Amino acid sequence: MDPRREQETDALLAPVARWTPRFIVFVAALGAIVAWGAYAYSVQLQQGLVVTGMRDTVSWGLYISNFVFFIGISHVGALMSAILRLTKAEWRRPVTRMAEAITVCSLFVAASMPIIDLGRPDRLLNVILYGRIQSAVLWDFLSISTYLVGSLLFFYLFLIPDLATLRDRLTAVGRMRRWLYRKLSLGWTGAPEQRRRLGRSIGILTILILPIAISVHTVVSWIFAMTLRVGWNSTIFGPYFVAGALFSGVASVLMAMALFTHFYKLERWITPLHFRNLAYLLLLLDIVYIYFTLNEYLTVSYKSEGTEAALLASLYGGPFSGIFWTIQLGGLVIPAFLLAFRRTRTTLGIVVAATLVNATMWLKRYLIVVSTLATPQMPVGWGSYWPTWVEWSITGGAFAGFVLLFALLSRLVPIVSVWETQEAREPPEGAAEELPAAEAGA
Amino acid sequence: MSEPPNEGMRRRQFLTLAVKGGGVAALGILGGKVFIERLAGVPEDARVTASGQPRSWVMVIDLDRCDGCGVCTTACRTQHNVPVGQEWIKVYQVSDPEGTSYFLPRPCMHCENAPCVAVCPVGATYVRKDGLVLIDHNRCIGCRYCMAACPFNARYFNWDGAPELTPEEQAIYSPEYPVVHRRGTVEKCVFCAHRADKGQLPACVEACPMKAIFFGDAREDAVSNGREVWRLSQVLRERGGFRFKEELGTKPRVFYLPPEGS
Repeated sequence: MDPRREQETDALLAPVARWTPRFIVFVAALGAIVAWGAYAYSVQLQQGLVVTGMRDTVSWGLYISNFVFFIGISHVGALMSAILRLTKAEWRRPVTRMAEAITVCSLFVAASMPIIDLGRPDRLLNVILYGRIQSAVLWDFLSISTYLVGSLLFFYLFLIPDLATLRDRLTAVGRMRRWLYRKLSLGWTGAPEQRRRLGRSIGILTILILPIAISVHTVVSWIFAMTLRVGWNSTIFGPYFVAGALFSGVASVLMAMALFTHFYKLERWITPLHFRNLAYLLLLLDIVYIYFTLNEYLTVSYKSEGTEAALLASLYGGPFSGIFWTIQLGGLVIPAFLLAFRRTRTTLGIVVAATLVNATMWLKRYLIVVSTLATPQMPVGWGSYWPTWVEWSITGGAFAGFVLLFALLSRLVPIVSVWETQEAREPPEGAAEELPAAEAGA
Repeated sequence: MSEPPNEGMRRRQFLTLAVKGGGVAALGILGGKVFIERLAGVPEDARVTASGQPRSWVMVIDLDRCDGCGVCTTACRTQHNVPVGQEWIKVYQVSDPEGTSYFLPRPCMHCENAPCVAVCPVGATYVRKDGLVLIDHNRCIGCRYCMAACPFNARYFNWDGAPELTPEEQAIYSPEYPVVHRRGTVEKCVFCAHRADKGQLPACVEACPMKAIFFGDAREDAVSNGREVWRLSQVLRERGGFRFKEELGTKPRVFYLPPEGS
């Protein structure tokens, strides 16, 4: 085998082959935060939702905000990765697996959030036993579970050739992992028939995953848009949420790229070109999101109908104005400037923009959930909501859990797709563009 | 501007039919009989009139009589052992921009086109044949989507309390008579369904010292506060009766008579 290629494979497999002490400490720290979140949840289970800051007026809070946020970033794996694959953007190769891993990890966290929010999690099975298809909650249940299966498959199919490499090369790891690689690689040898079948499955799934992903965030937005409440009663919520999802998703990929490049020394594969290309995409999505925001708020402000006007006043100059303007300036305007000018469009500038986008997109979800519920529907004052330590702890646990899953996954399989990266340089003879490379001479 | 609930094909029924057709594909996934029952609504022994038709319960609240004393809220609390912090009939004070001030008692509106019933994922909240919107607390999963969907803030959540009923409590519990409460489920006014079934007026109607609340059957076009009996269509017409947030199209079963001089 070509020694250069050999050396590259080793370098990409290095984080998987050896778990550094620093990584173990990192995992332990994240595990501690997750455990603290689990403890907070046990308190909530014992005493009821009274331990949260939610009450009858503002009856949803952090949990539902987190749910929308994590569903949002889960979009990137399917949408960004599938679109880049379908358009045959060659530079995508080292970054798609990261995006797909974000989807898988964030979906697990996202799906747990509405269950944590339930008053009676012990009756979750009722959703299947007595499910009513008229309820948007059922639409969510169906579309998210479909998406979870679909994105797991999507992640897994692209993994099979790399799993076979892991099976063949990582003979020094524990027996459990060897067994896992052997089972999951499904006897992959890179034979032409295997490559043909994988290519077909990938082709079908890459197209199928697109409508599923779009449906998921549309349906999540419909939870809100199907009600008669100011701020939620909107016809553009579906596309608005899908755009927001992709926006924060691409920002998440950029953040993940920066972290992995730094810690796993991937500079050879993830280059300034990747940051720049995704920065253009982020800028485009920023502009799309500004466009939707303008549509949403300008049309409603112009008419200023009764309670709509009250909600808008609270956003523009009232109790929610701090959050509202932080989102518009910090999440839309400043990132747009950082990404638009060559002087600031450095890797650092791009990562700063991505971080701002993600932080403010979380705030945006919080604002959507809480400001509408706090707006009085009856002749009384505004509802109030202040999350308690239980909610903050569970939220902290959710974020730590996401990072933990992601970090563990990156130590179980190479976070940069080895076969896809190598295939770009040395396409196997007679193989179609999308087909995995045969291990020449192996 | 308002009329007694019409009994033709309602929007909800139409939607139910439409969804029945469209949902066939989903049937396989969710599987089975229970699901079809859900779509068709909970089978109820009809509370019927002498001619065999189901009742169509409505409430009329005379805002001109209400002095905001809150006895209705207290009577309701006693009747249903309403948990602390909840007011199944809540009296709001309203000040018009013109300077007039009046009181607005708000029970559950028992909307014909109830948003809470539409959004419930498990059919825990449902409409009885006589129009009452009830909650099956044995089934409610506590997602609180109904609370987010209710335009009247008529729903309350049991944030604390014991999670399960004792066997004795479970024996007296029914969705018609939610007198015992458990944590993690949603509560609201039930128009005193257990009393209506026995031909009695709701507790708030009986208790109101101003005799401002009337209850009755729209099909018989009659409502009563226990002392007077009014013809529903006539009083709504003559007094300019209205429904709160009529424009939302939820078709509440609670009618208000405006305060005089407003």
